[in-house]
Amino acid sequence: MKAARLWTWHMAAGVVLFFVLGLHMGIMHLGEIGHWFAPYGNLAVSIANSRFRDGMLTFTVGYIALLAIGLFHGLYGLRTMLLELTLRPAMEKAITVFLLILGIGLVGLGTWAAVAAHGVALAGVKG
Amino acid sequence: MQNTRPEQRTIRFHVSRFHPENERGPYVQSYEVPVHEGMTVLDGLHSIKDNLDSTLVWRSSCRMGVCGSCGMLLNGRPGLACTTQILKIAKTDLSVGPLPNFAIIRDLVPDLSSMFDKHRLVHPYVIRADEAEIHDPSGEFYQSAEELEHYLQFTYCIKCGCCMAACPTLATDARYLGPMPLTAAERYNADTRDGGQRERAQVTGSSRGAIRCHYAGECSRVCPKGVDPAKAVQLLKRRLVLDYLHLARKSEPCKKLKGEGSGSVMPKIATAPAHTVEARKEPENLLQHSSSATIHRP
Repeated sequence: MKAARLWTWHMAAGVVLFFVLGLHMGIMHLGEIGHWFAPYGNLAVSIANSRFRDGMLTFTVGYIALLAIGLFHGLYGLRTMLLELTLRPAMEKAITVFLLILGIGLVGLGTWAAVAAHGVALAGVKG
Repeated sequence: MQNTRPEQRTIRFHVSRFHPENERGPYVQSYEVPVHEGMTVLDGLHSIKDNLDSTLVWRSSCRMGVCGSCGMLLNGRPGLACTTQILKIAKTDLSVGPLPNFAIIRDLVPDLSSMFDKHRLVHPYVIRADEAEIHDPSGEFYQSAEELEHYLQFTYCIKCGCCMAACPTLATDARYLGPMPLTAAERYNADTRDGGQRERAQVTGSSRGAIRCHYAGECSRVCPKGVDPAKAVQLLKRRLVLDYLHLARKSEPCKKLKGEGSGSVMPKIATAPAHTVEARKEPENLLQHSSSATIHRP
């Protein structure tokens, strides 16, 4: 039953990613038209526009959530593919633990980066 | 007078042979068999046994696609030997082998015990809290035609093993439950008389259960009875997800019929005649003997 629960979350993460990545694509690539969260010039990925978004708490939380959801979806998918190889139970457990540690580590690193960028952006605004 | 005898043609049968006690692995033996229209693969095998090679072994019983004994690999596709006409699938050559994804007992006889072990795991029977009612019913349970429709096609499964032989997931992971046991689980989950969904979910929701299915759909393509096991597995997945998210419609196992003439055994139904033969007690060691039999894999 635990496997079915994880699989449910995997599917749900896929649906969330579909919408969040759509939002990301819209903001990054339609900046010239919409100027959504990109008030400084036409280039959405410019330093000034990036700092503007980094300074918003919604974006910081969004980045961390996107990273966590994306990593869960991707690493669970990778685990499923590796487990298709019909390995011994001990090896399956080792893969699961390794991917879990890798995922938590990457989320931690990404969280630190997002929070740091948020701090840098706020410090820049305050001068 | 016109000759009505059907035209004969010679088909070369390439039959997989294997005697685990004497041989290291399967090999192919060819036989030339005179075939006429309407002749089934099973007829062809009987012809070989009667006229060419009496040592050929296979399993069959009813000869009418009901018992599910004669599942074989016919020209690379799992099917029943008794319902497959030779000239429908072969022009000059026909390969006949045992069902893949199973150990071979001998020649064309697969060892289906792994399939039935998994079948047993999913509790393929009606489970109710009022167990006494199952063993000694005091009346009828109400089930509408629409409710019956939800699982009717899954009851047509004859456990021949063709779907298990066609499943690519089972080919790489022998621990996967496979289409037949999962279809049986859905058949009972969808039955309104049943209340054992949670019990079955412990098995069907495991890492070797329904979520392992990649939806190749081969099981449904080869089923000789027209059952759609792939659909059953997808319905099981949906059931597991909705149950976990608490989005499943709340339902209780159906109640007994109420009112006059209902909820009790109908008075006009004749009672069953007394047994003419006394039931024989099975020897206690029968099951132990069959489960401990050594199966040689190629």
